[in-house]
Amino acid sequence: MSIQRRRFVAAVGAGALAGAAGCLGGTPVSVGSSSSAGAGDADASDDGPGVAGETLTLTTTTSTYDTGLLDAIHPDFEEMYGVSVDAVAQGTGAALETARNGDCDVVMVHARGLEDEFMRNGYGVNRRDLMFNDFVIVGPTDDPAGIEGMGSATEALTAIADAEAAFVSRGDNSGTHTKERNLWEAAGTDPGGDWYQEIGGGMGEALNNANQQGAYTLSDRGTFISQRSEIGLTVLVQGPIEDGPEVLANPYGVMAVNPGVHDDANYDLAMAYIGWVTSPGVQEMISEYESDGEQLFFPEAVSENPDFQQYVPDGWNGGE
Amino acid sequence: MALDPAVDLLPALLDSPFREGYVSSIVYVSLYVSVIAVSLSTLVSVPVAIVMGFVDFRGKQFVKSVINTGMGFPSVVVGLLVLFAVSNQGPLGSLELIFTKEAMIMSQFVLATPPITAISLAAVTGVEGNVRDAARVLGGTRLDVALVVIKEARYGIATAVLAGFGRAISEVGSVLIVGGNITSSDGISKTRTLTTAVQLEARQGRYETAMVLGAVLVAIVLLVNAVVVRLGDTGGMGR
Repeated sequence: MSIQRRRFVAAVGAGALAGAAGCLGGTPVSVGSSSSAGAGDADASDDGPGVAGETLTLTTTTSTYDTGLLDAIHPDFEEMYGVSVDAVAQGTGAALETARNGDCDVVMVHARGLEDEFMRNGYGVNRRDLMFNDFVIVGPTDDPAGIEGMGSATEALTAIADAEAAFVSRGDNSGTHTKERNLWEAAGTDPGGDWYQEIGGGMGEALNNANQQGAYTLSDRGTFISQRSEIGLTVLVQGPIEDGPEVLANPYGVMAVNPGVHDDANYDLAMAYIGWVTSPGVQEMISEYESDGEQLFFPEAVSENPDFQQYVPDGWNGGE
Repeated sequence: MALDPAVDLLPALLDSPFREGYVSSIVYVSLYVSVIAVSLSTLVSVPVAIVMGFVDFRGKQFVKSVINTGMGFPSVVVGLLVLFAVSNQGPLGSLELIFTKEAMIMSQFVLATPPITAISLAAVTGVEGNVRDAARVLGGTRLDVALVVIKEARYGIATAVLAGFGRAISEVGSVLIVGGNITSSDGISKTRTLTTAVQLEARQGRYETAMVLGAVLVAIVLLVNAVVVRLGDTGGMGR
């Protein structure tokens, strides 16, 4: 009886092990490399660096993911370090919240105000400016509010509000949504009423929604370009890339999760990632990435001039 | 015969912008997560339903209404609860289950258990009293009577399992939250299911490819239904 029980326990144990091995799925590399590392240094060097087989979890915005940029550049990083990158596309707000909870290692987002708050609260370290594109105000070609060619984003929004023309807002606390709210505030308008619709979705959804009902919306240029062949919206107010107002600039930053707050964050690999993505080679790849024949992102990490502001929250003066 | 719809779908899949292995990997993840979740749910639900069908206890009506409420539990809420549990800060945080298939299995388990329990319970209580009496009169122990009732209720239980499977494989809210909709950069799904892939395509305005993936999902649900019904038939005759 006891022997049977022991056998049963052994069988269950083996089953659990097999299950666990199965659960680990794509990480046989780590098993192989760690055992060979124990066998000898020569073998270990064959298998690549010590991080081989680890997984880096990146939370990012829908704009970097949906444009296909990350899928285009990540294989280079994965090959270099023998790791895999799990890119989770959320809004900027959600991406930072996931990082606050310690559920990712590195964040790539585009809302400096939210990034600064994240850093001030101690959750993020080693921020770098990464790249930029710009926001554009898009809308139906018949342009019911008559904003085409306006040189000021706030004037355009005021015109939309005055005409009570349909406007689709992301409403998801994303970087684009944050920018949009800041613009409304700058315009001195508190949008509300039937014409203003918060959809609580990603950029692509907002563009689709605006397209279906002939509404205006604020979009990052990258997502708009990668989707414009599917929709009938057109750019009515340009961003700074096409000589539009500077207020529509859309800079992306990358930050590691502070290992002092979340000690299980993969800080080493996060810093390797930040080093890699801000390196001249990858910055070149970013500038060469095109969709629908147009460059989507403009790298800005490599510069001769020091830019200390990129490392610290806006307004930080060292005396805090 | 059964191959025809698949053959019709094939050119659409080959023409699609998806990379090689993408569709099959999300089909695999969908099935892997849902089948394991529904199997675990069934292991829990059916015994619970049988016990509840045979034993009277105080508060039984209350338990029933809790289970019935669970059938309508919104999947995003379940996703949030599982997220809180498996998040680094949550009670299961040290297991590092966030953004894994295991976390998705957990949320689908929570979603699939109430309908499987409720429908199984209805099937078990629906077995006529004289069948139970006959089994008892013929000298059956409680276990024998239970087995007879299970056999009589097998179609209902199969329906329950299918309902649970349908709920699991077609839900999008919770697997998106706890799974993260991740593919590796070579286009092989890690936690992307058919539903979250459809959502991603729709988000980007690619409605045609979204429809293709939706059709694959429907085909899978049909296929699983056919297989389960078939198994129910032969299983019944075999005994």
